[in-house]
Amino acid sequence: MTIKTKKINGKELEEIKARNIKGNTLDGKVKKYKVTVHLGTCGIASGADEIKKQVEKEIKEKELKNIIFTTSGCVGFCSREPMLTIKEPDNKMITYYDLDEEKVSVIFKEHLIGGKIAESLNPINSSSELVSFYKYQVSRVLHNRGEINSFRIEDYIAKDGYKALIKALDKSPQEVIEIVKESGLRGRGGAGFPTGIKWEFCKNAKSKTSLKYVVCNGDEGDPGAFMDRNLLESDPHSILEGILIAAYAIGAKKGYIYVRAEYPLAIKTLENAIKQAKGYGLIGEDILDSGFSFDLSIFQGAGAFVCGEETALLKSIESKRGMPVPKPPFPANEGLYGLPTLINNVETFSNVAQIILKGANWFNSMGTDKSKGTKIFALTGAVNNVGLVEVPMGMTLREIIFKVGGGIKENKKFKAVQIGGPSGGCIPEEYLDTPIDYEKVQEVGAIMGSGGMIVLDEDTCMVDFARFFMDFIQDESCGQCVPCRIGTKRMLEILTRITEGNGEEGDIEKLEELGKMIKETSLCGLGKTAPNPVLSTIKYFRKDYEEHIETHKSCKALHRKAKIKKV
Amino acid sequence: MGCLVRVKDLPKYALKDWEVGKVKEIISKYKNDKNSVIPVLREIQQSIGFLPIDVQRMVADKLKVPEKDIYGVVTFYSFFSMVPKGKYDIRVCMGTACYVKGGGKILSKIKKELGIEPGQTTRNRKYSLQINRCLGACGIAPVVVVNDKILQKVNPKKIMDIIYSYD
Repeated sequence: MTIKTKKINGKELEEIKARNIKGNTLDGKVKKYKVTVHLGTCGIASGADEIKKQVEKEIKEKELKNIIFTTSGCVGFCSREPMLTIKEPDNKMITYYDLDEEKVSVIFKEHLIGGKIAESLNPINSSSELVSFYKYQVSRVLHNRGEINSFRIEDYIAKDGYKALIKALDKSPQEVIEIVKESGLRGRGGAGFPTGIKWEFCKNAKSKTSLKYVVCNGDEGDPGAFMDRNLLESDPHSILEGILIAAYAIGAKKGYIYVRAEYPLAIKTLENAIKQAKGYGLIGEDILDSGFSFDLSIFQGAGAFVCGEETALLKSIESKRGMPVPKPPFPANEGLYGLPTLINNVETFSNVAQIILKGANWFNSMGTDKSKGTKIFALTGAVNNVGLVEVPMGMTLREIIFKVGGGIKENKKFKAVQIGGPSGGCIPEEYLDTPIDYEKVQEVGAIMGSGGMIVLDEDTCMVDFARFFMDFIQDESCGQCVPCRIGTKRMLEILTRITEGNGEEGDIEKLEELGKMIKETSLCGLGKTAPNPVLSTIKYFRKDYEEHIETHKSCKALHRKAKIKKV
Repeated sequence: MGCLVRVKDLPKYALKDWEVGKVKEIISKYKNDKNSVIPVLREIQQSIGFLPIDVQRMVADKLKVPEKDIYGVVTFYSFFSMVPKGKYDIRVCMGTACYVKGGGKILSKIKKELGIEPGQTTRNRKYSLQINRCLGACGIAPVVVVNDKILQKVNPKKIMDIIYSYD
C-alpha cells in the first residue's frame, strides 16, 4: 500500500472526494461493476483470501476491463462468510454469500460476464429471504460497512470522511462540546455516561503541564463481543476522526488507541489508517491549516480482561500491571501519567463525526427518552443469523432476536438472552419486550454493556452458563481486592459443585449472599458486576439450580451439557 | 490473573547467542525508555518466543526498572510466557460463543492428545497450548488459532488431524 505524503487542506479534501465519489469510480476511473470481497477476521478464517485470489485471477484471465476490484472489512453477516458484493451501474448492491470456488465461477459466468444476477445462488437483494437480517437494521455507525476499502483513506473521504473535522475546527471547542451534549450521546462502552459532559469535565480540568490526553478504549475483552473489532477493521478512519474532534474539543495534544493483542487484523488496519492520515496531514502539526496539532499512536494490549476498565487501561499504557485504582479522582482530572485524560470507547468515537456533520437533532431524533441514536450488538449463539447488527435504541430484544436474528436455530425454544458479557445478566422470555435502553435493560437485571448478545435455547443449563462466566472472572480478577479475588473463587467452587451434582442445600442462598457482598465491596467495575450472571440466573432460573441440588445430578446426568454443545 | 510460576520450578534454559543479540537490539530500539516496558517485552516475546528470568534481568537493567516490576508485568499479562512457545502455538478460544458451541471439548481433546496443560509446551518444543479469551470471531465459533491461522467451526474429532497436518 503506497502512502501519500502531502499535507492537504479542505479544498483538496473535496477534490479527493470528487475523484472517488461517482458510482463505480476509483481514483477517477469509471467502470461498470465494482466487486468487493469482504475481508474481516471471520471472512478470512472462512476462506475469503482464497476467494479474493480467485476473483483476481478470473478478472486477469478473462481480461475483464469493466470491473473495479476492491476489498473491504466485514459486512456483519458472520454466519454467511465468505461473501462478496457487486455494485451495479445503478448503484444497486448484490451480495453473494457462503462462497466457494464453484460459486465464484458461476458469478463470473452469469453476472459479471453474462450481465444477469446469478439467481441460482440466491443472493441478498431486495427479494431474498435473508434480507430481513438487514431490513430491520439502521446503518449509522456502520454506514460504511462493506462499501469502503479500509486500507484506502480516499474511500473514506469519498463518503464525506474528515468533513466533520473541518466543520468542528471552524467552531470553538465549547461549541463542539455543546453539540455532543445536545445530541444525548452516551458512552457505548457499557456504563452509558453522557459523552458531552465527560468532554466538558476534561476540557475544564487543570493540567499540571498543560498536556492532556485522549485515549480510545479498544480493549474489547467481553467474551462474545466483537463490535469494536469490526469497526476497527472496516472503518478505522471514522474512529480517528472522532478522536481528532474530541482532542480539539478538550485541548489534547496526544492520544492513544488501546487495542487488544487478540485483534491482529484490527491493529494492522489501524496502523495503516494512522499512517495515511498522517500522510495527508490530518494527524500531526497544524491540521488542515487550523493551528490545531495532535499526535496519535496505537498501544497494543498484552492479554488482560481487566484492562478494559479505564483506570487499569491507563496503568497498562504506563507499562505497569493493569490494576484498577479507586475513583475519584476520575481520569478526566487525573488520568494517564496523572494528567487529565479523556477516555471513550471505540463505538462512542465512531458516532462523533456524524453527529458533528448532521447535527445533534439528527442524532437524537432516534432512540428513547434517555438513550439516543443506535447501538451495535454482536448477535451470537443459538440464532439463525449470527452477526453484527446496528439497531435503533428502543427496539425490543424480541425484535432483535426474532426479526433481525431470524429466530432460534433448529426451531428450538428460546430460553434466555445474555447481554453485557461477564458484567451483564440473563434475560428470560417474559422480559423479551424490554426495549434497548440503558436504564430499562438495567431494570431487568442485565446491563447494556459493550454489546455482546448471546442467545440461549432450551437445552442450555443456566447453572453451567453462569459457572462459565464466574470461571472467566475468577481467572481475570487482578487480585488486589479481597471480595473480588476470594469471593469469586468461592462462588466458582459452589457453582462447580452444583454442576457436578454435589450441590448442597443452602448453596443458592450462599451464592446470593456472596454475590451481594462482592457487588457492594469490590474496588472496580469488574468486581462490582462480577456476580451479575449468577444473580440474574438465580432470579429467573432458580429451578435449574434447585433441580441440580435436589437430584444430585451433574449437568451431564441431567442430559443438558451434552446438548449444549450441539447448539 | 496470569499464572504464578515459581521461578525455581521453571526449566533451566541457557539463552543462545542470537537470542541475547536480538534482545539487546530490541531494547536499544526503545532508547532505554522506562515507559516502554510492555512494548519491549511484547517484541521480545514475539521474536524469541518467551521471557525467561535472564531476559527480564536484561530488560530491567537497561530500562532501569526494578526486576520485580518486570516480573510483575510478565506474570500479569497472558500474552507473556516464561516458558518457550512451541513451533506451533495452539490457542483455543474459550469465549462465550465458543464455549457454548463446544470449545471445552476441543480443549480437552488437545490436552489429552499432546499431554500438556494450557500454558505448557511439549518436550520437543513443537506444540504449545493456551486458552484465549474471545477472539471476537463468534460468528464462526468454535475457533482455534494455530500461530496466525484462524480455524473456524472446529470439530473436536478433526482438530488433531488439522494440527498434525501443519508439520
